[in-house]
Amino acid sequence: MAQSKGWVRRYFKAFCKGFFVAVPVAVTFLDRVACVARVEGASMQPSLNPGGSQSSDVVLLNHWKVRNFEVQRGDIVSLVSPKNPEQKIIKRVIALEGDIVKTMGHKNRYVKVPRGHIWVEGDHHGHSFDSNSFGPQKETTTIVYFHALCCHILQFSLPQPGWNSQVFN
Amino acid sequence: MLRGVLGKTFRLVGYTIQYGCIAHCAFEYVGGVVMCSGPSMEPTIQNSDVVFAENLSRHFYGIQRGDIVIAKSPSDPKSNICKRVIGLEGDKILTNSPSDFFKSHSYVPTGHVWLEGDNLQNSTDSRYYGPIPYGLIRGRIFFKILKRFSKVLIWLSEA
Repeated sequence: MAQSKGWVRRYFKAFCKGFFVAVPVAVTFLDRVACVARVEGASMQPSLNPGGSQSSDVVLLNHWKVRNFEVQRGDIVSLVSPKNPEQKIIKRVIALEGDIVKTMGHKNRYVKVPRGHIWVEGDHHGHSFDSNSFGPQKETTTIVYFHALCCHILQFSLPQPGWNSQVFN
Repeated sequence: MLRGVLGKTFRLVGYTIQYGCIAHCAFEYVGGVVMCSGPSMEPTIQNSDVVFAENLSRHFYGIQRGDIVIAKSPSDPKSNICKRVIGLEGDKILTNSPSDFFKSHSYVPTGHVWLEGDNLQNSTDSRYYGPIPYGLIRGRIFFKILKRFSKVLIWLSEA
């Protein structure tokens, strides 16, 4: 009787120990280093989701790369939507702070990207809710859930000229 | 001898990683202690006051008008600002100063909040840079440590 009680206690102790080690480490890893996500929607065709609704791309989000908020023009990033904080959107970085953008479809023809902001666009122009609709995206919002994607190698490509707005810097 | 030292080092590294991860989870999902600097929230929060901030309201979208929140600065992603929420999305905000004759107003867009400091003369807030997206909010302040205790805390942290 005493022996079985001891066994239960030891098991409980081991479980707690493992739980309080594994869960924080896993959560920290997923928040700070990398995690996996599925891409939905057509705003980044043909780079991501070229097959439309038949097949969704799965991508690796690299948090570690943007821990200092450094992104380059041409990176594909994932950010919290400025219209709906519960949603994340995936776009390509077109211009950084200080650049002047010649826009396609925005109310001002030329926009200077303010400090702390970046200009993002989807590759599929016309089907994309991006900076042409909501203006320069605050870099800090993108950074809240800012991930620089290392994406699905087969589909990764550089933006073609004429797809996106032009940048003068 | 070497094995003993190596074993001890590994155990130390393991404990550091474990407690570091627990600290990260606590600060990210539960809350923590923050020191505020700057005069923009006087008299509610003085310069170098120590306050408790909780992050649960942000994750459950429970931030309300009148809450004091900590948010990432819209012009510098590495620094934080501490202001009061004046308006949520859809609210009508008066944006003129009392000396203006014509009253001008604007509506807070969806997914954004309007922040203002309590010390209106000495605060750069949404009147200067506009409404900020909800996603920039880091946490809500719910408790302030009394002045005499915060002096002790600051003294301890500097010692």
